[in-house]
Amino acid sequence: MVDAAPKSVMTDSDINRAVARMAHEIDERTNGANDVILLGIPTRGVGLAQRLGARLSEIQGREVPVGSLDITMYRDDLRRRPARALLPTEIPARGVDDAVVVLVDDVLFSGRTVRAALDALNDVGRPRAVQLAVLVDRGHRELPIRADYVGKNLPTSMSESVRVHIAEHDGEDFVTITSGAQQ
Amino acid sequence: MKAHLLSATDLSYDDALLVLDTAAELARVADRPIKKLPTLRGRTVVNLFFEDSTRTRISFEAAAKRLSADVINFSAKGSSVSKGESLKDTALTLEAMGADAVVIRHGASGAPHRLANSGWIRGSVVNAGDGTHEHPTQALLDAFTIREHLTDGHGDLAGKRITIVGDVLHSRVARSNVHLLNTLGAHVTLVAPPTLFPVGVETWPAQISYDLDSVLPETDAVMMLRAQAERMDSAFFPSAREYSRRYGLDSRRMEVMPEHAIVMHPGPMNRGMEIGSDVADSKRSVIVEQVANGVSVRMAVLYLLLGGAPLVDEEIA
Amino acid sequence: MTTTVIRGARIVGAEQQSDIVMADGVIVHVSAPGSASGDLVVDADALIALPGLVDLHTHLREPGREDTETVETGTRAAAAGGFTAVHAMANTDPVADTAGVVEQVWRLGAQSGYCDVHPVGAVTVGLAGQRLAELGAMADSAARVRIFSDDGKCVHDALLMRRALEYVKAFDGVIAQHAQEPRLTEGAQMNEGIVSATLGLKGWPAVAEEAIIARDVLLTEHVGSRLHVCHVSTAGSVDLIRWAKSRGISVTAEVTPHHLILTDELVASYDPVFKVNPPLRTAEDVEALREGLADGTIDAVATDHAPHASEDKDCEWQAAAMGMLGLETALSVVVETMVNSGRLDWAGVVERMSAAPARIGRLSGQGRPIAIGEPANITLIDPSAVRLITPEHVQSRSRNTPFRGRELPAVVVATFLRGRQTFGAA
Repeated sequence: MVDAAPKSVMTDSDINRAVARMAHEIDERTNGANDVILLGIPTRGVGLAQRLGARLSEIQGREVPVGSLDITMYRDDLRRRPARALLPTEIPARGVDDAVVVLVDDVLFSGRTVRAALDALNDVGRPRAVQLAVLVDRGHRELPIRADYVGKNLPTSMSESVRVHIAEHDGEDFVTITSGAQQ
Repeated sequence: MKAHLLSATDLSYDDALLVLDTAAELARVADRPIKKLPTLRGRTVVNLFFEDSTRTRISFEAAAKRLSADVINFSAKGSSVSKGESLKDTALTLEAMGADAVVIRHGASGAPHRLANSGWIRGSVVNAGDGTHEHPTQALLDAFTIREHLTDGHGDLAGKRITIVGDVLHSRVARSNVHLLNTLGAHVTLVAPPTLFPVGVETWPAQISYDLDSVLPETDAVMMLRAQAERMDSAFFPSAREYSRRYGLDSRRMEVMPEHAIVMHPGPMNRGMEIGSDVADSKRSVIVEQVANGVSVRMAVLYLLLGGAPLVDEEIA
Repeated sequence: MTTTVIRGARIVGAEQQSDIVMADGVIVHVSAPGSASGDLVVDADALIALPGLVDLHTHLREPGREDTETVETGTRAAAAGGFTAVHAMANTDPVADTAGVVEQVWRLGAQSGYCDVHPVGAVTVGLAGQRLAELGAMADSAARVRIFSDDGKCVHDALLMRRALEYVKAFDGVIAQHAQEPRLTEGAQMNEGIVSATLGLKGWPAVAEEAIIARDVLLTEHVGSRLHVCHVSTAGSVDLIRWAKSRGISVTAEVTPHHLILTDELVASYDPVFKVNPPLRTAEDVEALREGLADGTIDAVATDHAPHASEDKDCEWQAAAMGMLGLETALSVVVETMVNSGRLDWAGVVERMSAAPARIGRLSGQGRPIAIGEPANITLIDPSAVRLITPEHVQSRSRNTPFRGRELPAVVVATFLRGRQTFGAA
């Protein structure tokens, strides 16, 4: 059975508009607080966090710290595949204690990645609050996890696959959905 | 990666870089308030040490514990082994206790191979030093240390000139390093008196020299091996004084090394014999870092062997 | 008297198949196939008949290590390998350095009845290399010892070796030297070379064997005696023996089957089944040994059958004992390495595994051709059969064969000791 052609869900300008909107939302909801830091979840969450951080810095008129948080060691499905290579964890110099940490990822799906990120964050320090920003929420949560900031709500079926490309990582920006492909 | 780490030859170029890169990430755990990762929770790592070695054992113990594994220490002294229990029976006991990995240090070359291939245990075997054969995690931490200083902590060691000085004949550190450094693209030179080179060393991928002074100006890192005074009894060299004079790294020799060059030693040191005290304590010496790097490297090895689905070797040795 | 007929066998050297009739321990008739009759008939169509094989070098472990082998189990294994006589080495416990011990071993062999056992007497008391043992008493004993050896250890003291060579001239004895200079091999684990350098195992240099052989052949020449070199293992040793023979020195030599086929590269597995004294050597050495056996520089194949308990092999290399089983696979290995490769024909096999060993041991009733009037010591071989070597199915009490899992040609079908069948289906 042949794959259906991928359907575009977000173009590059859609993505940039979403990022800008989310940056404003973060600023609003944190009341312009100066202890916000963004941590992108590798791989594509990192590029998104950098872009979001740049926009937020413009809005707030000051440098918003941006870093990354690798969750490989905290995954709940480690034993299913051979040990994976680690990705970089870079915590900004001021640390996470008493900060508002906004985790940034490209797609929110089962919620297990975010759960792992919360565990990883717990071993790094004690934030004042933790929030979640995602570019795409495709539903099908397996854990009680929800996003605070969503670029696009995208109801999907389990057999569909969502593909995100981010310029910082892939050289181009798009989000597509491909339906019912045989694995 | 293979299911066991018995020899530095078990690591391909990609495997070696994976271990080093993973170790670099894991090194940062040491800077966190909670120096632990949950990855090996519920796994049991046994340190099976038939030879005295507090330093290496503690290093492996720290590595396993930082990954939340349970650690069981078994040392030969005062145990049933010193009463004559065989390696096989010791292994069967450990298997009954459910070891996921056995880190073994043994005085007999090839003991880890027997453990891995005899069918006595099912877990992964990590060679922590077997006789005069190999010490792969030492080579890994040595490569990691060289990388930190000479290539900014990234990539391989292509073109780097590493000199290893001392009792090559009896050194498992030398053997593992020759393999691993070559895998990573470095040029290795071995320096020793002729009596301390094995017959057949000319087939190794390394340059051989009997003259330390001629080699030092062209080296990026010098690794001094421990010289055992007991070797004098079998006429390997006439006296400690002569050995030290001809093959010891003193401050005069250190001066002729290039400015960026580092001084290494796997420990324990015989200060005054193969290495001068002032050299061991100098700015060029990275000996203390080697020890710290040992923990990160061993964490990486344990994670890669045990942190995912069980590994299965394609070919049985 | 019972007559046994071996029907339709091909005697080595004969053009056609024959019937061989045995009675009272002797061959009484050899005739065209199907022409003879007797009380017992053994169908030997498609089989080759060789004179019973003679082993110059076996360890029967009794007295002292009956847990690994006894005279009974060892000779049973010998019969299964086609042997009708074996020489039992003296490194037992107690050592066979007196008439009493050699007679005990000889008697055990006679009682078991699987093959003739000819004890080898120690050269020095307790194998300690200090004083000569009572060689004369052993020669005069019921065991009629003619071969003397400290095998397991070297008679390394030059003066003692000289005296031993001189002394045995009185009774046509021969000193069988285990050539190993002890100072060059202290703690040695495997052949010294490229492999030992990589594996971190203490090396055993070829020169440790060659230096002793060089000395001994010169001593033998000087005192006008007879020397036998046990288990030759290096190319250099072969060269030395060839030189010595060209000078007319009375030296004979043996090689083990395992040294004809296995190399030191096998040690990379650290499996102690490959640990042996002398150690496995390089491919160049194996080639030189095969050439030496083919051209007669090496006179005989001798098994050096060395059973060991499983706890002495199921451990790390350094802790393991040295030695391999050999009686039941010897002929197959010789066929694989020498006959199937065209270096030796079956007549050559007879010479090296029966006639020459019998001559060296001075055994008048063994190694004789299959002809009327000769003792009926006969081995029947299926030259085209192949079998898988499985340690579970050996006759020996021990299991340390390096050929487990390997397929080897030429299967021994039946063995007869003076007309009585000692191995094979009836």
